[in-house]
Amino acid sequence: MPIAEKDVTWVSSPKLGLLGQLYLPAIMDGLSTTVGHIFQKKVTEQYPEQEPKLPPNYRGVHRLNRDHEGRTKCVACYMCATACPAHCIDIVAAPAPAEWKDREKYPETFVIDELRCIYCGMCEEACPVDAIELTTLYDLTGLSREQMIFDKEKLLSVFDVTTKAGTDPVRTKAGALGPASEPPV
Amino acid sequence: MPTFNLLYTVLIIGGVVGVVLGTVAYLILAERKVAAWVQDRLGPNRVGPWGLLQPIVDGGKMFLKEDVIPAHVDRIFFLLAPMVAFGTAMLSIAVVPVGSTVPVPQPTLTATVEGEPTPLQQYEASQQAYADSYTFAIAPGLDIGILYVFAIGSLAVYGVVLAGWSANNKYSLLGSLRSSAQIISYEIPLGMSILGVVMLAGSLNPEQIIHQQINGTWNVFLMPLAFLLFLVSVFAECNRLPFDLPEAEQELVGGYHTEYSSLKLGMLLLAEYAHMITTSFLMSILFFGGWHLPGVTVVGDVSMLGVVLKIVVLAAKMFAFIGLFLLVRWTIPRFRFDQLMTLAWKVMIPLALLNLVGVLVILQFHLPYWTMTVMNVTLFVLAGFWGVVTGGNVTAPKRKVVKLPPGLPAGVV
Repeated sequence: MPIAEKDVTWVSSPKLGLLGQLYLPAIMDGLSTTVGHIFQKKVTEQYPEQEPKLPPNYRGVHRLNRDHEGRTKCVACYMCATACPAHCIDIVAAPAPAEWKDREKYPETFVIDELRCIYCGMCEEACPVDAIELTTLYDLTGLSREQMIFDKEKLLSVFDVTTKAGTDPVRTKAGALGPASEPPV
Repeated sequence: MPTFNLLYTVLIIGGVVGVVLGTVAYLILAERKVAAWVQDRLGPNRVGPWGLLQPIVDGGKMFLKEDVIPAHVDRIFFLLAPMVAFGTAMLSIAVVPVGSTVPVPQPTLTATVEGEPTPLQQYEASQQAYADSYTFAIAPGLDIGILYVFAIGSLAVYGVVLAGWSANNKYSLLGSLRSSAQIISYEIPLGMSILGVVMLAGSLNPEQIIHQQINGTWNVFLMPLAFLLFLVSVFAECNRLPFDLPEAEQELVGGYHTEYSSLKLGMLLLAEYAHMITTSFLMSILFFGGWHLPGVTVVGDVSMLGVVLKIVVLAAKMFAFIGLFLLVRWTIPRFRFDQLMTLAWKVMIPLALLNLVGVLVILQFHLPYWTMTVMNVTLFVLAGFWGVVTGGNVTAPKRKVVKLPPGLPAGVV
């Protein structure tokens, strides 16, 4: 239905008074705002010298968490690979060593293609044992495509580096695997 | 006129041109810095301490960039335009006294007294003293000084017009069309607003105008309205915001210099900044007493310190205006073209005329000078009242609005 003339309310801007018509007070007002901004705190972040302070839930490079014995927490359940919309996670599972009583499988290889990854964090969401986490490492660079394909050792070393630097403390309770991995009582 | 000394003139040309070009280079840095600060950023700070070497790098970039002359341009005018723009900008600084000045001695009516030099001898002695004095203008003692600046300043529009026309590009052409209309319109209030100053000093010589202000008061206190009109016209003449329609990036890509690259672009930009410096000097000289600052500079002080102080005072006034240029850019949004024309023809030219008539009346009837201030302020406030009484607003304009039949787009009647 087209808009009828009677439904339209015309709003007119207020007329300028004497001060408005003299323009100068308004210009002075504007200038004071402009000058005020000059002395305000600057928002520029001088990047290479001054690193950004990122929130802990920042989604940067992945890491594979270790448990209290230093083993990878991952139980090779493929949940992350299934959840991944970019299909960048490749896992080869193998039966866990006999002395690992808390799980049946472990990842023989665990490869993430950091170039394919879209850093959505779905793998982190999907993981039942909190074995994969995204860190606040944001300045990921490499000289070739091959360098950007992270294998299990590399992902574990990311864990070592980030926990040692204290930038990304482990966000889950250390030691025990998540509830999904615990044997039924 | 001081005796012409080739060496001294060459030295002062070298000094003034060098300082102006250096200032222009650093003005570009200042523009970027102020823009950044106003937007709560830091601005260029990578080249040298606080980015102070940035102008050198920028200049080097301008030199080293590929110089493209598109195939569709009118080559002669395309090459001529930057030269005209740059040349006129540099020429107009020639008569501006950049330091201390000595007024041209005027003939006086004195009776001959026995035992004293005759009036003719006195006059010749004063002329000799003037000829021996050092001046800080490239062409000192030019009796048509201000007229010369305005004549050359009007020529500057040719640089813009030629650049826009020869580029054979619709955006350049639109930019230069706007610019020519704008500059021609604003030349009138620009010239008329200073007529009062010229009449008061009785001379077009900037040195004379400075000394008239030293003996009386700064013209800005006598004629605040004339100063305001001059300031606004200068903003329009320099294509600075809020009057930067010739190079409105949002509408015209780059305006008249869209097709220019490398050093030719650099020259066009340089010319604009040089124009800003010249007009800032003019404002300081015409309305703010030039190098005069009570308590700091002393008339007739020719010691090293005194001369340096005068230069510093004048430069400080000049840079204050430059700072205003830079700040206003981030304060007032751009005018619409009809608003621009309305301001010039319906507000500023009548006000400048009324101011001129007022000054004429005051000088003719030898009224005290403070009446000039009263007259100026009254005119300004009356203009505001007139605006309140007659003006409409954006949604209810006072001018006739043709109601279009439904269905037709605006502009089709």
